[in-house]
Amino acid sequence: MTEQKHTLNTNKWIDNYADYLYNYSISRVSNSDLAKDLVQDTFFAGLKSAKNFQGKASERTWLVSILKRKIIDYYRKINSKKGQAEVRMSFYDDGENEGSWLEERVPQSWDNASEKKIENEELKNQLESCIQKLPEKYAIVFRMKTVQEFETEEICKELGITSSNLWVIIHRARTQLRKCMEDNWFNN
Amino acid sequence: MFKRLKLTCDEATTICDKNQYGEASIKELIKLNIHFIRCKICVIYTKHNITLTNFYKRYSQRCKEIKHCMSAEEKEALKIALEQNKE
Repeated sequence: MTEQKHTLNTNKWIDNYADYLYNYSISRVSNSDLAKDLVQDTFFAGLKSAKNFQGKASERTWLVSILKRKIIDYYRKINSKKGQAEVRMSFYDDGENEGSWLEERVPQSWDNASEKKIENEELKNQLESCIQKLPEKYAIVFRMKTVQEFETEEICKELGITSSNLWVIIHRARTQLRKCMEDNWFNN
Repeated sequence: MFKRLKLTCDEATTICDKNQYGEASIKELIKLNIHFIRCKICVIYTKHNITLTNFYKRYSQRCKEIKHCMSAEEKEALKIALEQNKE
C-alpha cells in the first residue's frame, strides 16, 4: 500500500486553518490578542520552512506542530527569572510554620447553599476573574489541566516542565483560586 | 517508618489536589489519610476542594461549548500579511 503524500496549499491556509489554530492557541494562552499573534507567527514560520515540508503528516498537523513550538517559546519566555522567583516563593513559607496552616490561611466554613448557585453565569464570570488574577504561568497550567483536561504527560512535554513541577503549580493555582472564591463568592 | 509516612500540610494539600484529577498514587493516599487523622484543617481543605472541583468541571464544560473564531476582517488582514510575506 502506498503512503498518502500531503502537499502544501498556502493560499488556502487562512480559510482552512485560521480558526482551528486560533482555538488551539487560545485554549493554551487565554489571551485572544496573543493567540492571534501566535497564529500569525505560525503561518509566517510555516511559509518560511515550507521547503522542509515532507508531506508525511497533513498540512494541519504540520502547522499545529509549528504552533506548539511557538507556544512553548512563549511559555519559556514568561518563565523568566521573575517567573522562577514566583515558583520558589511558597504559599506556606513562614519560618517555623513552614508547611503548616496559619490562622489566616485556615479554610473558612462555606455556606452550603452556595452549591445551589453553581449553574449561574455569575459563577462562571467569578471563576474567570479569579483565574485571570493568577500568575500567567499558573493560569496556563491550570487551564490546560483542569479546563482543557489534557494528560499530565502532554502538558509536561508541551511546556517543558516535570510532573512534580506541574503538581506544585496546580496546587498553588488551586490554593489561590480557593482563596479568591472564598473572598468573592462564598463569603459574599 | 512512621517518619516516612509523615506529611506537612503543604505536602498533604498538594496530594489532595493531585487526587482531584485521580492521579495520586496509593502510597500518597495512605500518607494523606494518616495526615487527616491529626489534621482536621486539611480535611476541611479536602471538602472544599471537592466542591471546587465540581465548579471547575462545570466551568470546563461551558468553556468547551464555546468555539472561538477569528473575524472576517482579521482573516483578511492575515491573508494580506501572508501574501506580503511570500514576496
